[in-house]
Amino acid sequence: MILDSKIPEGPLEQKWDNYKKKAKLVNPANRKKLDVIVVGTGLAGSSIAASLGEMGYNVKSFCFQDSPRRAHSVAAQGGVNAAKNYKNDGDSVYRMFVDTLKGGDFRAREANVYRMAECSLNLIDQAVAQGVPFGREYGGYLNNRSFGGVQVSRTFYARGQTGQQLLLGSYQALMRQVGKGSVQLFSRHEMLDLVIIEGKARGIIVRNLDTGEIESHAAHAVVLATGGYGKIYYLSTLAMGCNGSAIWRAHKKGALMASPSWIQVHPTSLPQSGDYQSKLTLMSESLRNDGRIWVPLKENETRKANDIPENERDYYLERRYPAFGNLAPRDISSRAAKERIDAGFGIGPLKNAVYLDFSKAINEQGKEKIQEKYGNLFDMYLKITGYDAYQEPMMISPSAHFSMGGLWVDYELMTTIPGLFALGEANFADHGANRLGANSLLQASVDGYFIAPYTIANYLSNEIHTGKISTGDPAFKKAENEVKNQINGFIKINGTKTVDHFHKTLGKLLYDYCGLARNKEGLEFAIEEIRKLKQEFYNDVKVSGQGDTMNTELEKAGRVADYFEIGELMCYDALTRNESCGAHFREEYQTADGEALRNDSEFQFISTWAWKGENNEPELIKEPLIFEEIQPTVRSYK
Amino acid sequence: MDLHLKIWRQKDHQSEGKLVNYDLTALNPHMSFLEMLDTLNEKLIVKGDEPVEFDHDCREGICGQCGMMINGLAHGPLKNTTTCQLHLRSFKDGETVLIEPFRAEAFPVKKDLKVDRSAFDRIISSGGFVSINTGQAPDATAIPITHQIAEEAFDSAACIGCGACVATCKNASAALFTSAKITHMVLLPQGKEERSNRVLNMVKQMDAEHFGHCSNTEACEVECPQGISVLNIARMNYEYNRALFLRKK
Repeated sequence: MILDSKIPEGPLEQKWDNYKKKAKLVNPANRKKLDVIVVGTGLAGSSIAASLGEMGYNVKSFCFQDSPRRAHSVAAQGGVNAAKNYKNDGDSVYRMFVDTLKGGDFRAREANVYRMAECSLNLIDQAVAQGVPFGREYGGYLNNRSFGGVQVSRTFYARGQTGQQLLLGSYQALMRQVGKGSVQLFSRHEMLDLVIIEGKARGIIVRNLDTGEIESHAAHAVVLATGGYGKIYYLSTLAMGCNGSAIWRAHKKGALMASPSWIQVHPTSLPQSGDYQSKLTLMSESLRNDGRIWVPLKENETRKANDIPENERDYYLERRYPAFGNLAPRDISSRAAKERIDAGFGIGPLKNAVYLDFSKAINEQGKEKIQEKYGNLFDMYLKITGYDAYQEPMMISPSAHFSMGGLWVDYELMTTIPGLFALGEANFADHGANRLGANSLLQASVDGYFIAPYTIANYLSNEIHTGKISTGDPAFKKAENEVKNQINGFIKINGTKTVDHFHKTLGKLLYDYCGLARNKEGLEFAIEEIRKLKQEFYNDVKVSGQGDTMNTELEKAGRVADYFEIGELMCYDALTRNESCGAHFREEYQTADGEALRNDSEFQFISTWAWKGENNEPELIKEPLIFEEIQPTVRSYK
Repeated sequence: MDLHLKIWRQKDHQSEGKLVNYDLTALNPHMSFLEMLDTLNEKLIVKGDEPVEFDHDCREGICGQCGMMINGLAHGPLKNTTTCQLHLRSFKDGETVLIEPFRAEAFPVKKDLKVDRSAFDRIISSGGFVSINTGQAPDATAIPITHQIAEEAFDSAACIGCGACVATCKNASAALFTSAKITHMVLLPQGKEERSNRVLNMVKQMDAEHFGHCSNTEACEVECPQGISVLNIARMNYEYNRALFLRKK
């Protein structure tokens, strides 16, 4: 199979314009005849559903939460990037493109990254017009702050709740269309399968989580905007319901997965404190603007942070990366923290954290200023840990966060299945091997507001003569039966161990062998262990209750069943990439001073995977990365 | 630490519910309240019993999906805190804890502690937005907004739609939720054009959903995890009267 990325012709800065000029349109009168299903109501999902609704298509919007406003985009704290150059500090679309490509360790497509930077300008306009209350200067103009991995201030923010405010903007746009009747909303519904008819995506099978009923929904195109699968590690910064099931079921129906092993570990989450823990809370990366990261110089230090004098502290990021210091990108900062923790310099009760210290900033700027900038984060820290970070440094630790991998999509954001689109974190595009801070809200939003409305219309222009797709097609019945069999299968096992037990065990395995650091031996071991664990799951899991009622355990069982397979693929992906890049650090490939050693001559490609059936090795298909505008350089933040 | 739990169990909306007693021992005080319920559920599942259904997702205090009455208080004893951000250190060893769903006619119980809050979505749908289509926005700097106004609008926009205000109100009024959105929108220049229709439609929808009337006891502000002020309600009343007055003219 040869992958066609469909990158338009012309110079980089004209590609997107060229595409839009040539893209086919659908006559407004014909749009009513076309149905589109959108799964997920985060920034990507709600913005595409609202946009298509505005244009006059019939849209069905699905989410598993009780309201579209709860989608996990809501939890993003720090901000959203846009190359507006309001600070006059030399920012531009081109510079943002370079920063993003470099930040992703030159493992993303040039054309996609450039388009994201280009569309960033419109996103801020769109959000402000919707009433998103971004931070403002006293004169009334928009304010910015800087984020990890860049040297300009291009991040727009709404206190520490930027994701929430952007999501409310797109959710309100969605609800406006729901009110008008152009979008039909199905909350508390989970997609369990994709239906393909004559090679095209034609619908989905969902479970109504309130009643347990299995439903079929048909459409001319299906959009998956279901977010990332980082919750596979169990302990992560993600919401409890985040999962990879929708994209995974689509993968098993033929859509290729790309770069599954690139899962970002965020450097500023709160450390684990016990076995009972269900998740790790993220503290915004924006804290690194004023917080200084350090560990004691002495191993197994027992003194309290405030009792350790300045000359006995190791500000290791400032020491190792003087040009970027505490603002070094996430993969670099996370790995540097792990290196210090593993070397025995970790702090906190479990010795698994590092300090994030605001004492210098408080001395210089005053407590009030710090309170205004980060007040809610300090309050959150106090609530969770019981410690006052104005008085003593915060304890932070790396934690699984964002999946750069996902369904492979071409420039049109269409997967290898015609009519199946993947947006936002559900696709692999734009970030490469590492996502820069404040680019996730951006990618999700521009995919939904500005890119997919053009590309989906281009696809639908060939569908106006298709006629209504019927759920009476045997393909729907077959998929429904498969879903029902799986559900009944889980209930019948009636074993002795809970779903969470298996999820936690899998998560630990992945943290240890396919986490911040990987090696060949460990990955091969993990693949074996995951297979054994999966077998044990199918023999010994206990799902109480019934399939035809509300049953959270059943929902979790389906997700964990998929995680086994995704985890295995992650390990395969990591095993075949004999280099270190971004989120992927293979211990065998590092420089003498412990930095990642990328191998461009052999690995300048996207690893894309085809499903070959259970317990069979997946097939690797490569999409070569061609850099015309900039040449990959060694990524140095020193 | 040990806790005695009295939890509301209800099969579905039609069935009658009842309080069921559970005892948990050797709990870590650093555990969150929802992790304590996870622990209970693990035990119930292994025994072959059905776990307690409760709503939650982000567990960071921002998605608004969790929420229950704990000892008669929405989201429990701490001020400005969601249930997911409540930890066992806020309780005494050996304490009896009463856990019930949010109660309001407009929030029917689905199962155990889960309730249906989709009435809030319908209120937003009736007018809680700026009517701008994708791709039509003017440059963001074309609309200067002072720092103070942006921050004030944010204070109202910060509502997470958890429903604690409704659950704690003796009239089950949605005035705090609705007024927060109205205030967020009307403070900003972008939202001013539609102010009259918005407030009339949203208030009408609020009534249609069978939320009660606000009688200014201010209990909602006390229980709100985001500290949304009751002054929003005063603003909503002003906007409503203004809209009626202008319509008459």
